Parts: sequence; structure tokens; C-alpha cells
Amino acid sequence: MFANFDFDVIRRSLSYLFLDGMTFTLTLTGLATFGGIVFGTLIALMRLSGYWLLGRIDGLYVDLMRSLPLVLVIFWFYFLVPYIGQWLTGSSRPVRVGAFASSLVTFTLFEAAYFAEIMRAGIQSISKGQPAAAQALGLSYSQTMRYVVLPQAFRNMLPVLLTQTIVLFQDTSLVYVLSIPDFLGAASKVAQRDGRLVEMYLFAAVVYFAISCVASFGVRRLQARIAFVH
Amino acid sequence: MNYHWNWRVFWEPAPNGTGTYLDMLLSGLVLTIETAICAWIIALIFGAVIGVLRTLPSKTGSWIGFAYVEFFRNMPLLVQLFLWFFVLPEILPHSWGLWMKQMSNAPFYTAAIGIGLFMSARVAEQTRAGITSLPRGQKLAATALGLTTAQTYRYVLLPMTFRIMLPPLTSEFLSTIKNTSVAITIGLIELTAETRAMQEFSFQVFEAFTAATVLYLLVNIVVVIAMRFVERGLAIPGYITGK
Repeated sequence: MFANFDFDVIRRSLSYLFLDGMTFTLTLTGLATFGGIVFGTLIALMRLSGYWLLGRIDGLYVDLMRSLPLVLVIFWFYFLVPYIGQWLTGSSRPVRVGAFASSLVTFTLFEAAYFAEIMRAGIQSISKGQPAAAQALGLSYSQTMRYVVLPQAFRNMLPVLLTQTIVLFQDTSLVYVLSIPDFLGAASKVAQRDGRLVEMYLFAAVVYFAISCVASFGVRRLQARIAFVH
Repeated sequence: MNYHWNWRVFWEPAPNGTGTYLDMLLSGLVLTIETAICAWIIALIFGAVIGVLRTLPSKTGSWIGFAYVEFFRNMPLLVQLFLWFFVLPEILPHSWGLWMKQMSNAPFYTAAIGIGLFMSARVAEQTRAGITSLPRGQKLAATALGLTTAQTYRYVLLPMTFRIMLPPLTSEFLSTIKNTSVAITIGLIELTAETRAMQEFSFQVFEAFTAATVLYLLVNIVVVIAMRFVERGLAIPGYITGK
């Protein structure tokens, strides 16, 4: 079964896999998580603001993003982002956008819909007495949110946010459809160049598995600690 | 925006000779739905079994369930599909591998099984959550009545669990439909792939993707409405099973 298993192909491509591929994957995951949480929190706030129209638009955005496959959304933005760039910069032809920028925009906007739902649940889980007390102290709406509600919502939802980040980490592998060399893309390139599909894909699977396992174990520890404090 | 819109492109004949571009997208939609339903059946069966396994008093049982769920949850779906499609035929005995490679429709079977097993881990988690959310008295009462463990699950715990699980299962089924698009990477010509093909043949990028978006939304709406009827039909009076 593993008689002609070639470990050397993995060793030879390690630096390419991790320095190029994994760096891309992790950078994309990190930035998209950050952008997604910021944008998602804004969406959640707008949705809970009590303005009917704002809530409606945000609800539509979240529902739309959540009912589309990520692969389709990746293609959408891949073709759309150059036109958005053209519109933003006012240039005469679609702007050339790099693979990284395009996928960063995609993942930020797509994951924002998921983060928005998490943050909404977090904000709603704060008891009504908290914002009421903040108001009684004379804090403005934005102060109430910034100093009272959001820090608690964020803290309560931290395990869920991190779990979503692990999902996001796994989802970034889908940039494969744009032939972008993320970790899996890099592994696949080497696999096809050297005709070593078995070794490279198994190795990629082990790496993804190890990282996700360690991360979700960490989240579970964190969850236990937070649950204990409550 | 200097993009040339042409919405009538859907009624133009597609170069692959199967009719219009609209026919092309619709045949992709059919394949998406077929794959999703096959995957969903696998996910439900394996998910229910593993979910039950995790709640059993047996230590080995719950450990096997735990390992199964972690295995399928901690790898991207794309990587899992690659393992099934590219790696499995190579590491099996030669004749089996050859049979798998020569199988017509291999992407379809791989996608149905791969996505099914991937989703089964999620269904298992929902099953476990459903069973543990039942009041402890149910299991105790069943034991007091002299039911065996198997009977307790069959007649007391599972009928309630599956009803409680319907709303989360609906969203898992929607994920299954969405996940079929990942199979584009192993050559399954489902809706997203047909959309890509249409875009490459006709250069009408945004029309193609808009149509696919609308089709996915329609499928979502139909599933949500259908599941609402199922929930209402199965609801037990006196219990609030889902909203």
C-alpha cells in the first residue's frame, strides 16, 4: 500500500508549502476574521438599531450570503471586484485586482454575514438592565455600545467566534477554484508537477487536521474557563 | 460601468449542443439537487448512528463517535473530496483502484459519499445535542418501565429528538446543498460548474452568476417552506418543537 510512498517529495516542498502556501492561508484567515468581525458587528448593530429599513437591508444581506455557496460567491467577487474598483477609483476600465485582494474582499464580506449573526446573538444575550443602567448614567448610545454592551457580547461569544474562525480557516482552501496557491493550492501544484497526488494530499489533510484539532481543543478549554467564571 | 448586458443570452443555444444556456443551468441544478439528496441520506443515516453512539453509556461507543466527528470536522471538505477522489483509488489494492477510476460518474458518487460523510459529522453533533437536551426523566422513566437501552432509544428518546432536531437539520440540509458546489473541483458539472461554463462560452459573466444566485435562492426558499410543513405535520400537541 505505502510501498512506493515518497516522503522526500514532502520534504523537498516543505518551504514552498509553508512559507508561501500556509502564509497565504493564515494571512487570509487572520485578516478576513478581523474584517469579518468588524463588519459583522456593524451589521448586527444596524440590524438591532430599531430602524426598520436598516434592519431589513441587513437582514437581506445576511440571508443572501448565507444561502449562497461560498464557491459561487468566490467567483462572483472574482469577476465583480475589478468593476467595483473601477467604480471606486473612477478609472475608464476595470481595475486589475490581485488574487489575494480579491479573496480577502470575498471572505471578509461573506464571513461578515456569519459573524453578524453571532454578534447579534451576543448582543441580545446581554440583559436589558445593562443598557438601561448605562443610559441612566447618561452614556450616549455609542458609549453604551462601546463600553458596556459590546465588550460583554464579545466576551460571551468568544468561543463561537473562534469556532467560526476555524471554519473560515478550512474554507480558505476553496480559493483553490481560482488556482491561487494557498496551502492546499501549493500542495496541489507540487502534486501535479511531480505526479505525487497521494503523498501531497495526505500530507495536506494531516496538516489541516492537526491545526484545526489543536485550535478546537484550545477553544474547548477556553469555553470551559469562561463557563466557570459565569 | 462599461459592461455589455444581454439578458436574452439564456435563450441562445449553448455551444455544447444540449439546448439553450438556460437548459444548461437547469441541468446543473438538477445534478446539484440529486447530489445533495444522496449526500443527505448518507449524512442522516451515519449522523444518527454516530450521534446515538456518542450518548450511549458505553465508553468505547462514545469514544468512537467522538473520533469520527473530529475526523470529519477538522478537515476542509475540499481536502476530504480530494482524499476520496485522488488518494483512495491509489492506496486500495490495484484492481479495486482501477475499478474506481474507470467507474463512469465517479465525480457524482465521490461527491455524494464525500459530502454525505462530511455532513454526517454535523448531523451527529445535532443528534447528540438533541438527545442530551431531553429531560433526564424521560430516560429514567423508560428504564423504570423495564425498557432495554435499544427500546428506550427507539420508542422514547429518538422520536422526540428527531422532532427537536428538525429546525437545525433544515439548515444542515441547506449547507449540504451549498456544499455540493465544492464538487466542482473534482469535475462534477453541477450548477456552479454549469454557470462557469456558461460564463466562459458566452462571456456574459454577471447574467450567468445572477441566474445561479436566483436558482440557489429558490432552492433555499422551497426547502425552508417544505420543512415548515413537515415540522407542523410532525409537531406533538403540547410541545413546542421548534419555532
